[in-house]
Amino acid sequence: MSRNACVAALVGNPNAGKSALFNALTGARQKIANYPGVTVERKAGRLILPSGEPMELVDLPGSYGLNATSPDEEVTRKVIMGEQVGQAQPDVLVIVLDASNLEQHLVFAQEVLELGRPTVVALNMVDLAERDGLTLDSAALETALGVPVIPTVAVRRRGLAELSAAIAQARDRVSGETAPRAHVTLPERRLLAHEMAHGAILSETAKHRIHARMDRVLLHPWLGPPILLALLFVVFQAVFSWATPFADVLDAGVSGIGDLVKTALPPSLARDLLTDGVIAGVGAVIVFLPQILILFFFILTMEATGYMARAAFLMDRLMATVGLSGRSFIPLLSSFACAIPGIMATRSITDPKDRLTTILIAPLMTCSARLPVYAVIIAAFIPHRTVGPGFGLQGLVLFGLYVFGVVGAMVVALVLRRSVTKGAASGFIMELPKYQLPTVKDLALGLFQRAWIFLRRAGTMIFTVTVVLWFLLNFPRAGEGQSQVDASIAGHIANGLAVVVEPVGFNRDIALAIIPAMAAREVAVSSLATTYAVDNANDEDAQANALEDQLKAHWTLPTALAFLAWFVFAPQCMSTIAVTRRETNGWKWPAFMLAYLFGLAYLAAGVTFWTARAFGLG
Amino acid sequence: MLSAYGSAVSVTLDQIPLGTPARIDSVDWDLLVPEEAERLRALGLDAGAHVRLAYRGVFVSRDPLAVEIGRMTVALRRVHARAMHVELIGATA
Repeated sequence: MSRNACVAALVGNPNAGKSALFNALTGARQKIANYPGVTVERKAGRLILPSGEPMELVDLPGSYGLNATSPDEEVTRKVIMGEQVGQAQPDVLVIVLDASNLEQHLVFAQEVLELGRPTVVALNMVDLAERDGLTLDSAALETALGVPVIPTVAVRRRGLAELSAAIAQARDRVSGETAPRAHVTLPERRLLAHEMAHGAILSETAKHRIHARMDRVLLHPWLGPPILLALLFVVFQAVFSWATPFADVLDAGVSGIGDLVKTALPPSLARDLLTDGVIAGVGAVIVFLPQILILFFFILTMEATGYMARAAFLMDRLMATVGLSGRSFIPLLSSFACAIPGIMATRSITDPKDRLTTILIAPLMTCSARLPVYAVIIAAFIPHRTVGPGFGLQGLVLFGLYVFGVVGAMVVALVLRRSVTKGAASGFIMELPKYQLPTVKDLALGLFQRAWIFLRRAGTMIFTVTVVLWFLLNFPRAGEGQSQVDASIAGHIANGLAVVVEPVGFNRDIALAIIPAMAAREVAVSSLATTYAVDNANDEDAQANALEDQLKAHWTLPTALAFLAWFVFAPQCMSTIAVTRRETNGWKWPAFMLAYLFGLAYLAAGVTFWTARAFGLG
Repeated sequence: MLSAYGSAVSVTLDQIPLGTPARIDSVDWDLLVPEEAERLRALGLDAGAHVRLAYRGVFVSRDPLAVEIGRMTVALRRVHARAMHVELIGATA
């Protein structure tokens, strides 16, 4: 058998520390992709055996048994059985056990061992077991299981060399045939697991477990929720204020590159495409990288420490009122920064219907790209007045827009769960993992992977869309005395669109602005600025101020309010649509998302406009 | 003296006081969605398991629940716990 094609796979229960072990064994040489046809992440890396030979190592999704109850577990089962398309059957299985939870983890381990494949067991997190006052006899476990058992501490790199050596040995013993063991039922396996676990315990002192003490505070009915809220407040502060200096630097860098190209190249259409299309367009999205990194730093930390499951526990009841579960809470929270990481984070939701509903309502959370639009319109039309101690009318309107989005999302979730994503009431069954200190290396690796996914998308999808938009706005070329915008294809589309959006109070300028805003919402501001031919196009503050005056001259108050209502719902972000396509594996759901969000946006703008007019506001 | 939690009276997991050790007597699997039943079984929440109700949620309905089983804590909803008949361990008989 060819040694080059050798594959080992990590199998185990969720929370066995598989990912940390995988990171420790493969380092940064990882490839992350989806298994074909499903949105389950395939993590593969290169393991260097003691002989210096490489071997592919695959980190399988955590599973409680070979009877799959989620798409993740289905992939794990298929890979182990050699039925997964696009994945060779692993030559060696590495079962990862949490040393302090043997009785539970040995149940699935026995099921895997029954298959008779070449197997090695990693007795992981022995340090945490020791912290809990548990001393284990790995030799006894080895005798009971009949396969090599290696004690490991992934985060301290303990036992890694021994584990690699055991994997190499198991591989060399591969004879191409398997020796299935006798099948035992689940209750029998559980009984055996109990015996084996107790047989392997050398000593057990009744030390007070740290996580029980932490849970007493963090899950306390009255202390837990305020602590969670305080933490969320810090996260929001960080995302919105810590990111600003970094975003400013990136922004300056992008304009710097644009100016450099402008001076270096002779004026031409090609140069405009490069500066106004590519650099400005892709740059507008890249400035969100600091926010996304900060947000993911908190999410990854909360996940690694084990707090994320507690947050889901605390929020479950609230989410249940709209037919979702606590697991949807974090993805929706992330969507306040940007729907893209939010939708990516839905992978932790096991129930497919729950996950789909969460993806579909994620764009309703007011993302940071909407802030520039809101800021300009509010500054121009909402009087700067206080309505109470510490409360300004402008701030109140901004807060109202956030609430509007959340309430909209809740109503939509309720409706969806009773119609298109109908299914058994989503339950909430979740292991609350032990608390752990996260390791810098695992965090850095996770952040790097998120940043890479985000930048790759900016380089492909967003690049394409901005180039297409640039062509729409620049062709055909304008004749003498005609404005380029009027002559362009986009101008003609805007004329057609204006007829449609006129009933909800939008003028042609708005129709024109919402076309390029499809690339990214905040582009609406710069397109309005361009349309009103504002001077100082490079100075953003001056641009915003001048734009305010122009808006006041051209728009009525009902129009402005309708525009705000439109932006609460409108799916004006091609990247969100693109990521939805990727995460739902097809065009059906992104198309549905576009249709329902545009429908709601139109309705919301209309109702706002008509109501405002009826009250004589303009 | 007969305990209030004697075998004649059926108590379900959602009804027992916090922190009291109990043993699952039987589970009405028919009350549960098959996938959820499978998941609960996989987590060891089955007849014979020793459990302890550790935490309840905050809101009026006091949902969800956190149950300790072995060295593991599992969050589940009251609808799941309601299907599990338990017997208190160490209750006066």
